[in-house]
Amino acid sequence: MNGPQDLGGRGGFGPVRPEIDEPVFHADWEGRALGLTLCAGALGHWNLDESRHARECLPPAFYLSANYYDIWLSALEVLLERHGEVNAEERSACAPLKPGLRPERKLPADAIFATLSKGGPVDRAATKPAQFAIGDRVRTFDARMNDHTRMPEYAMGRLGTITGLRGCHVFPDTNARGEGEQPTWLYAVTFDGTELWGAGAEPDTQITIDAFEPYLTHA
Amino acid sequence: MRMHDHSHDHPHANELSDPEARTRALETILVQKGLVDPEAIDEIIETYAKRVGPQNGAQVVARAWCDPQFADALRQDATSAIASMGFQGRQAEHMEVLWNGDGVHNMVVCTLCSCYPWAVLGLPPVWYKSPPYRARAVAEPRKVLAEFGVTLPKKTKVRVWDSTAEVRYLVIPERPPGTEGLDEAALAALVTRDSMIGTGIVEVGS
Repeated sequence: MNGPQDLGGRGGFGPVRPEIDEPVFHADWEGRALGLTLCAGALGHWNLDESRHARECLPPAFYLSANYYDIWLSALEVLLERHGEVNAEERSACAPLKPGLRPERKLPADAIFATLSKGGPVDRAATKPAQFAIGDRVRTFDARMNDHTRMPEYAMGRLGTITGLRGCHVFPDTNARGEGEQPTWLYAVTFDGTELWGAGAEPDTQITIDAFEPYLTHA
Repeated sequence: MRMHDHSHDHPHANELSDPEARTRALETILVQKGLVDPEAIDEIIETYAKRVGPQNGAQVVARAWCDPQFADALRQDATSAIASMGFQGRQAEHMEVLWNGDGVHNMVVCTLCSCYPWAVLGLPPVWYKSPPYRARAVAEPRKVLAEFGVTLPKKTKVRVWDSTAEVRYLVIPERPPGTEGLDEAALAALVTRDSMIGTGIVEVGS
């Protein structure tokens, strides 16, 4: 969506600041927030794409300055409230005021290894043939939108080349809206730097995105 | 008393304070409701603090350097080849490897969020998730690389991979010269996290 998360090519953020010997977590609550996000996700009220969209819809000024685990935590609060598990009153009271909806889905500690090892593959059986082949020239769609999409704005309306066939995957744009997985062909699409950034492009750079078929037309 | 009673589906920035207290509140509520097992959270933290990290990816890289059959398997089906070493699952469901060398340097970013191959690299560092890297890696990769201390020859082509779907990328850095006598374990010890993101190179005795 046309939100604060769509950062490719934006200016003004200053230098990258790598941290020497960075710890995995900078505070205990970060690990707890990560664990809560994964455990609450296992309740099955929402999917990965809805959770990404919830993060994108956070206030832009907050999103751009927040600790990333706070972005996850804040989106988790939204999702738990939206799906009826924890509301703002309960958060203020720091206590449950009504029963949980899906205790039978609670992820036990001894299931964590198997759950993380299994992951959540998103490849699906194809329902129709792929419309593009490696080497095809394509143009990306150009329509800024407030719904969830995985098409970054910097590559919208640009000419690229299909450089990889990724298979048929869950379509995030519909899945985030609760309209189902609608498996869709996914391609690697490569752009010359000059196509994206014009005369300001660094010499001899190429950028590849993974783009779903509805994002593309034959050029 | 509430200032207004519109939906809290969209929080205001001033409601998003003190993440430590908010995390504690949410955990307390979810545990008391029987929705979350606190020991499951401990187990997740333990997994990414100790067991799943860049040491996994380093083993993949070292084997790719030493074992041409494994390198071929990575080219054919990276997900399965990496899983054969026991590294699989969350945020590595669909893996691709990118080979540095022969005048090409690959680097990986997620401009839209924080996509990162957890099973081989662990959780992403803060800079990877932060606006400067996400904004600039696609637009001025050579400048960004220079900030990491990586200055590429002008003739080296730079390939940036934006993880916009569920494909996760692992860079196989160039094997440094002078390492011919080292075994896989010694080679893996040289491989840095950043070299597998593409923001570093592997060096000997640095």
